[in-house]
Amino acid sequence: MSVLIILIIISVLVAGGFLIAFLWSVKTGQMDDDYTPSVRMLFDDELKKIPKNKNTSLTH
Amino acid sequence: MQQNCYHCGASCDNSIPVEDKFFCCAGCKMVFQLLDDNGMCNYYDLSEMPGISAKGIFTSDKYNYLDSIAIQDQLIQFKLANQAHVVFYLPQIHCISCVWLLENLHKINSGIIHSQTHFEKKEIKIVYNPSKISLKEVVQLLAFVGYEPMIHLGGNDWLKKKIVTKKQLFKIGVAGFCFSNIMMLSFPDYLSTSVGDLGSLRPFFVYLNLLLSLPVLFFSASGFFLSAYTGLRQKWLNIDAPIALAILVTFGRSVYEIFTHTGGGYLDSMSGIIFFMLVGRWFQDKSYDSFSFDRDYTSFFPLGVTVLQEGKEINIPLSEIKKGAILLIRNNEMIAADAVLLTEGALIDYSFVTGENAPIELSKGASVFAGGVQKGPAIQVLVLKPVGQSYITELWNSPLLNTEKNVDKSFVHPWSQYFTYVLFTIAIGSGLYWWWVNPSNIMTAITSVLIVACPCSLLLTVSFTYGNIVRHLGKFKLYCKNSSVLEAIEKIDTIVFDKTGTLTNHEDTHLVFEGAVLPKPIASIIYSVTRSSLHPLSQRITNYYSAQGLDVIKVDTIQNITGKGTLAICDGKLILIGSASLLIDHGIHVSNIGAGVFIAIDKVYMGMFKVNHVYRTGVQDMIKRLKLVGYQIHLLSGDHPTEKNNLLHILGVDTPMLFEQNPNEKLHYIQYLQSQGHKVMMVGDGLNDAGALKKCDLGIAVSDQTHLFTPASDAILEGGMIPNLDHLLRYAKKGKTIIIILFILSILYNLVGMYFATRAQLSPMVAAILMPISSVSIVSLSALLSYIYSNRVLPKN
Repeated sequence: MSVLIILIIISVLVAGGFLIAFLWSVKTGQMDDDYTPSVRMLFDDELKKIPKNKNTSLTH
Repeated sequence: MQQNCYHCGASCDNSIPVEDKFFCCAGCKMVFQLLDDNGMCNYYDLSEMPGISAKGIFTSDKYNYLDSIAIQDQLIQFKLANQAHVVFYLPQIHCISCVWLLENLHKINSGIIHSQTHFEKKEIKIVYNPSKISLKEVVQLLAFVGYEPMIHLGGNDWLKKKIVTKKQLFKIGVAGFCFSNIMMLSFPDYLSTSVGDLGSLRPFFVYLNLLLSLPVLFFSASGFFLSAYTGLRQKWLNIDAPIALAILVTFGRSVYEIFTHTGGGYLDSMSGIIFFMLVGRWFQDKSYDSFSFDRDYTSFFPLGVTVLQEGKEINIPLSEIKKGAILLIRNNEMIAADAVLLTEGALIDYSFVTGENAPIELSKGASVFAGGVQKGPAIQVLVLKPVGQSYITELWNSPLLNTEKNVDKSFVHPWSQYFTYVLFTIAIGSGLYWWWVNPSNIMTAITSVLIVACPCSLLLTVSFTYGNIVRHLGKFKLYCKNSSVLEAIEKIDTIVFDKTGTLTNHEDTHLVFEGAVLPKPIASIIYSVTRSSLHPLSQRITNYYSAQGLDVIKVDTIQNITGKGTLAICDGKLILIGSASLLIDHGIHVSNIGAGVFIAIDKVYMGMFKVNHVYRTGVQDMIKRLKLVGYQIHLLSGDHPTEKNNLLHILGVDTPMLFEQNPNEKLHYIQYLQSQGHKVMMVGDGLNDAGALKKCDLGIAVSDQTHLFTPASDAILEGGMIPNLDHLLRYAKKGKTIIIILFILSILYNLVGMYFATRAQLSPMVAAILMPISSVSIVSLSALLSYIYSNRVLPKN
């Protein structure tokens, strides 16, 4: 039966790992925005079209 | 042929084409070309016609104040030599294309290193290289593509709020972790029939439990102790006091049982309850991130202004405007302080201050007031008073507004107090009984009573029910600042409405022509003349006629008379379009003098155009229903009483109506009603209602664009939902019914617990079963009831 002690310690440590993961995710702001990332992942990475010219001025 | 603008979707003709695409204006076309040049037409593929109409939004020197270092320092969060971080609020964000475009800004300008949007908060965080692009250019770029940021001072509040919510999540996480592990470790104890069953493992389980409960007690529950302590110091027993006591008693008895080896304690119940209560509070506090309910005038005013000093334009922050300074006000800019006009061409739109719809033309020497917006060429004004002392900002310094709102304690608090008294009576009673029968049971009975009768079910009921109702109201576009708003709604007996923008639709006015129907040639002459004038009313008339497909006739001469109107010669006829006094000056008899655009051709009065507000559909029925349930209705309008007859019809004869009310008068009227013992709800928009919204017991700001200007208020209602106001109020009031039903249920649970506790038979197992069952059933019933009521009371949409 005393093997239970080791098993329980392991299980608490595993759960503690998840707690730390949760606290870390909150701390690094992963819980701040629960919508935009779901949109962002749908964007295609690169566009096939090559820019004609880099015209950055606003005074057209 | 009718087309839709490829960029913004506005209907347009095919006069501005690019290849096979058509645009409604040059602005939209320019944005398209900029995106096209940079290979960013993906923008148009993600959603149809996603653009924001560029019409007249962009003026390039509007943001000159961003060159001021003092202002930059307030906006930039973090700065290195080649990297600066800035966050802007972009109310225009509305679709996937917006997100895509804003996150690809670096493709347009290489000075932008990275940009990230937060869709729900409508925010963008931009990392840029200050050596390549200035803050002003970043803002100009945003404004150019249609996302003009709303910049105002004091924008750092969100940082504080973020830290608070993060701490709340930490507490919930820790409590959840400890609770689930304690539950697991306590489980064997419940199954075993005697202490001996688990043998040598038992002390290990129990001490591990104790260890796990420490972070719950000292970290997660700290908020309850703190709140109870502050309450007690103010000699007031708040709802947290009995909770804190219950937590302490439970922990104390558990520690005692553990160290005397008499039992396993109630640590699982304790941590479970703390976990549920924290979740409840978080649920209740989850608010609308993208709204700001506490705006004062500084949020409406520009951040900086352009001052003319010795012929040079200098940008200074708003607070540095001194008496005697000369301000340069460009088209669509707001006048920041009370001042005197130094130049001609002023056309001031006070709609924001007074609710008056038509802009006023003013000549040199006239006084202008803070809050007016110039519609036309740049003007110069001489400042008479610093910003803080101007007519509109003085409202905020009014002593009438210094009183705290909604200080009445929630109706829950008396309950929790009775609860506490009854609890102590039962505890002492059972203690006395056992003292008589079997003194060894005294402590067991008393502590059991305190453990099982934790008033947390009261707290859970309240926080979850209000949280649910606030969320359901949010679906119907009524966004409450917090749950105390719901309790304030309960007490309201008088509702005061503003007219412009509240009962009427701000953006939707229509022109009505009064006079004999004009023949087509005459109409085309008027159309041709108004086409060439930039006056907003002329543009309205142009729009009125443009749908009729009239011919355009060449206008021979055209002359604008400041403050009066337009004089033109067209088709050999003398055309006068303008105020009544313009016609009278030319010796023309005008029958009905009033606000409007009068028209005379060859000295013959033809008729006039009146700007009529369009009342929101359904307002009349809504008012009727409100009266039926006993609300008193009042009307406070800043506008002229021209609409009185219409309003009599809509609001009924018995409704007190006050017209031409300035912001201060509105404020005093609310105070007068309150002094009569009424609980007043004010429904209004604009800065002219700001004082009244703040003074009344419940201020609802109405906005057609929920994310733009809304003055300080308790709740924000989207304009289109006004006709449903009575349903929303009725639903909000259901909160109390739900809470009372659940209170009764929780009292039943408590009675069951008491039965065990007073008999000194409360085993940890009974506590561990009873507490989660009561919590879970209350939480789910609260959700169910608020859903059922929302289906029954709120209209289907």
